[in-house]
Amino acid sequence: MPKTIRGPVFVVDDNIDTDQIIPAEYLTLVPSNPEEYEKLGSYALIGLPDRYGKFVEPGQTKTKYPIVIAGENFGCGSSREHAPIALGASGVEAVVAQSYARIFFRNCAATGELYPWECETRIYPEFNTGDIATIDFDQNLLINETTGKTYPLRPLGEIRPVIEAGGLFAYARQTGMIPNRA
Amino acid sequence: MGMTLTEKILARASGRSHVVPGENIWVNADLLMTHDVCGPGTIGVFKREFGADAKVWDPEKVVLIPDHYIFTSDARANRNLDILREFAKEQGIKYFYDITDLTNFKANPDYKGVCHIALAQEGHTRPGEVLFGTDSHTCNAGAFGEFATGIGNTDAAFVMGTGKLLLKVPATMRFTFVGEMPPYLLAKDLILQVIGDIGVAGATYRALEIDGETITAMTMEERMTLCNMAIEAGGKNGIIPPDETTFAYVRERTDKPFDPLYPDKDASYYCHKIYDVSKLEPLVAKPHSPDNRATVREVEGTPIDRVYIGSCTGGKTEDFIHAAQLLKGQKVKVPTYLVPATQKVYDDLFTQKIDGMTLAEIFTAAGCIEPAAPSCAACLGGPKDTFGRMNQAEVCVSTTNRNFPGRMGSKEAQIYLASPFTAAASAITGKITDPREFF
Repeated sequence: MPKTIRGPVFVVDDNIDTDQIIPAEYLTLVPSNPEEYEKLGSYALIGLPDRYGKFVEPGQTKTKYPIVIAGENFGCGSSREHAPIALGASGVEAVVAQSYARIFFRNCAATGELYPWECETRIYPEFNTGDIATIDFDQNLLINETTGKTYPLRPLGEIRPVIEAGGLFAYARQTGMIPNRA
Repeated sequence: MGMTLTEKILARASGRSHVVPGENIWVNADLLMTHDVCGPGTIGVFKREFGADAKVWDPEKVVLIPDHYIFTSDARANRNLDILREFAKEQGIKYFYDITDLTNFKANPDYKGVCHIALAQEGHTRPGEVLFGTDSHTCNAGAFGEFATGIGNTDAAFVMGTGKLLLKVPATMRFTFVGEMPPYLLAKDLILQVIGDIGVAGATYRALEIDGETITAMTMEERMTLCNMAIEAGGKNGIIPPDETTFAYVRERTDKPFDPLYPDKDASYYCHKIYDVSKLEPLVAKPHSPDNRATVREVEGTPIDRVYIGSCTGGKTEDFIHAAQLLKGQKVKVPTYLVPATQKVYDDLFTQKIDGMTLAEIFTAAGCIEPAAPSCAACLGGPKDTFGRMNQAEVCVSTTNRNFPGRMGSKEAQIYLASPFTAAASAITGKITDPREFF
């Protein structure tokens, strides 16, 4: 059970839609297929304008950024579950955004791929890609170790145990809502 | 206190007499729709979680509509169709709109095309019901006075196995349109107005209930255009109270009984905005966001490289009729791509006439590219060989629904979202043009 997530951050701004997270040409990859799941990770955020820099280095399947910092309405657009899955498969453990599009947020919990933290204020202008940050789960805090600044986060509430369990089905089994598989 | 239309449908579907916004409730589904992009993943989760021999909760209530990546040589896209086919057979799915001959869509009588329009045309969208779909534009069906929303694969797999889903009751934003539609305006202009006003996150976690005398006078296809883009404001669903126009459309297409619901007079709304349509203007959404609104006049004269008429939002029969009204007797100055949403729409292009000419004849005479096989095509880019895909840094006026960077292919492409009138007017001049020039 992670109490903290620490590592370099990747910074994006408002309204990063699902086509930028995982462009439609990669949607032929079926996330429930383990090989294709890995491939989805290698394409995470490949639809972003080039000015953001590379999120996953060419030839790699994983990112070096376990935390994404974003503005408002992260994950807007399509209902494709490929979006949180691509991020999770690439090695992202948490996104910290000012707000989320509804279906993306729900898909984060359903898949258990990553923690969609919400911050109280507009923080992304105060971060640079590569800054080292820590998310403290017990204090509900985001700490930018590079600048020394600390930011309060909204508690994850009831979705934290769902994501910790590994998603909707795992949580439902763990808590006896649905029977365990024979 | 009374309930909004969304609240009333969710109350009935959860076996409650009353619900309020913010409540988490288990809702019974009337229908689950999935397609070739999210179906295989949904099936994968369904089998993983419910077992290899599991059966769907009701084989008549799971509708499979291949539509996204059909006419492509992409091997994985082709394989995904095979996965749907095998599942349909194994589960005895009653409504599977299959395609086997990819070289000639007309040889596949079962193939429909874009799922949201196919659902309506095949009688699957019924007042008072609850529809879940693995596609964000599932909200299209709200035009029929039902609760319809897009969900991910994992949620869809849960519905597939149980017929239920845990939902939070959304607060309802009400939008009332009054006045007679000016001849140069279309539903697309109205919804671009709303999205421009409230923003791409303006309805996040909320329902949009759309009503008023303008809507009462609207056809079902135009109503669909309104509800279709509820998601572009972040909405959970868009919904229009059903009326005789709704019932006539549905009864023509299905014998299934349905039980309509209506909003209470004393319902409580998150907000209520009233628009006088006689004061509205033709609009576009500029690159790169559906809420980046401008009047067509503000951007008039912007040079364009192509026009695209298609998708669930702007590829219905009436969308092509509207485009043809302006293109009749004219010549296009830029490549103009026509992608009928469904096989029925495609057929309509060759049977519906304006002043004795079929729509197809009008388009051919105007120099448009021959209508393509019905599918989602380039609305969302897709595999590199997708018809009409934006592969370069070009400028397109499109009747589709999204214009985020890379939506139609190239990240450098610029998409202006517009009505079929504005798209057609712009095709004629080769630059963004107010349709009033041709009225």
